[in-house]
Amino acid sequence: MPLTNLSGVARSEGDPRVQRKGPSSLSSADRLARALGWFSIGLGVVELVAPGRVARTLGLEGSEGLIRAYGARELASAVPTLSIDKPVGLAARIAGDALDLGTLSTALHRGNPKRDNALIATALVIGITLLDLSAYAGVRSAHRRPRGSSRDYSDRAGLPRGPQESRGLARKDFEIPADYRAEGNLAGALPMQVA
Amino acid sequence: MRALVWHGKEDIRCDTVSDPEIEHPRDAIIKVTSCAICGSDLHLFHNLVPAMLPGDIMGHETMGEVVEVGSAVAGKLKKGDRVVIPFTIQCGECDQCRRGNFSVCQRTNRKGELGDKAFGHRTAGLFGYTHLTGGYPGGQAEYLRVPFADTTHVKVPGGIDDEKLLFLSDILPTGWQAAVQTDVQPGDTVAIWGCGPVGQMAIRSAILLGAEQVIAIDCLPERLSMAAAAGAVTVNFEEESVVERLNALTGGEGPHRCIDAVGTESHVSLSQPDTMLDRAKQMLMQENDRPHVLREMIYVCRPAGVISIIGVYLGLVDKIPMGQAMNKGLTFRMAQAHVPRWTGDLLRRIEDGQIDPSFVITHKADLSRGPEMYAKFRDKADGCIKVMLQP
Repeated sequence: MPLTNLSGVARSEGDPRVQRKGPSSLSSADRLARALGWFSIGLGVVELVAPGRVARTLGLEGSEGLIRAYGARELASAVPTLSIDKPVGLAARIAGDALDLGTLSTALHRGNPKRDNALIATALVIGITLLDLSAYAGVRSAHRRPRGSSRDYSDRAGLPRGPQESRGLARKDFEIPADYRAEGNLAGALPMQVA
Repeated sequence: MRALVWHGKEDIRCDTVSDPEIEHPRDAIIKVTSCAICGSDLHLFHNLVPAMLPGDIMGHETMGEVVEVGSAVAGKLKKGDRVVIPFTIQCGECDQCRRGNFSVCQRTNRKGELGDKAFGHRTAGLFGYTHLTGGYPGGQAEYLRVPFADTTHVKVPGGIDDEKLLFLSDILPTGWQAAVQTDVQPGDTVAIWGCGPVGQMAIRSAILLGAEQVIAIDCLPERLSMAAAAGAVTVNFEEESVVERLNALTGGEGPHRCIDAVGTESHVSLSQPDTMLDRAKQMLMQENDRPHVLREMIYVCRPAGVISIIGVYLGLVDKIPMGQAMNKGLTFRMAQAHVPRWTGDLLRRIEDGQIDPSFVITHKADLSRGPEMYAKFRDKADGCIKVMLQP
């Protein structure tokens, strides 16, 4: 059941309900980044709770501590990847991918009985790295503020009589309401004390 | 009808939804002619405001034409009336409304128990905002049900464009209150952090109220150019020290009045390391807001000065220098704007040609392009300062 239907319990009888969804403000790069963020969380949890199993699968026995640290790193990069600061998280993920590939390369020697698993894992990490790079470029492009795109609004005074003519115009018929006056504070009291 | 609907973080869609219906004798339905995206909508867009639900309709800057009224509204409103709808819903009868504190009306938050728990005491119902303030469907839609419509409206005359009147719903009275609550006096220097739409209105309000010198602080050239157009001295915080420049402009004394028109989402940059720490804590849900502006205002404000907070804050903030504030004897004023308290006066000033709020509109689009305009406004792309939408 769509979430918009479930949330209907919080609405009253006459409130509008969603009948048909339109296109989202999320770009495809935003969605990819979000998927990669959740992937980070999944992988991070596995590496944190079962580093021994991961190490045995890849023939990296003795690297359990490192794998657990990589799990923490995955979780740390997931947080910004799932936030509105996606480029930061994705950049962290790309750097993490490089570390992963470096570590996996130590398991690719012919003496490793789990070399095939390590080869598959390396191929997967290369694929994920490409997705990370694509998402990074995508979100940077979708949400960029191009250099030189600034506009000049120096003709938009909003004060039809001009800033100088407008200065204090409202004082002629407006008094600061009593409950907004700050004259009872130190600023108001000091000159009187001195005088 | 079509409406801009919140589906989650950064996920706004132009959905087809059922039409609103009259539920209560004090309700009215309006056909929306114009609406706008507000800076505080971006806090919802970023999912920083708790208690939003998928399916919530966005929008609290709305105007239109009355098409249906409940039985208790007759006499105050009739079909065909042209109205601007304040973003605060007010009963007009409770103790707070009688005092003019409309944004803390005691009766209009239909989920008041949630408000009591979150804020200690409930605040007014708001359109298109969190369920902590009632979860009322908003006005970025073709039609809007207005609860307590007999008191929650500003009747406006024909013959004036929507562009000039729409902002009576929020940013004009909000900017006005920001200046009023500093108790600005002729001869004062007023420093305003944030040159978004509310900051721009606060600049014009401070000038109309007689401020001798208005200093506008931001980092976006187009916003600073708009501030300068009204006669403000501008400070680009990415190019110079705000504290040094403000002291230089005030003979080393600091501004008399400081206005925070930024609120919870201060710009994050390496040149302001506290903003980076705040952002990290915000991501980890260790802090709700990024109060860099508040810290800077307290530091630079003249002793015995006034600090006016009109930018929206959401919850818990860290590292606020209360020692500086207390020892300098600063006065703090803050609130969501009590919109109807100011709208009669401001409408007259628009009609009189003292202010033309349409200056702030940089982008106009059909409602169906709303999702795209949210992203453009957030990214500050294409010189975007204010988006007006028309269903």
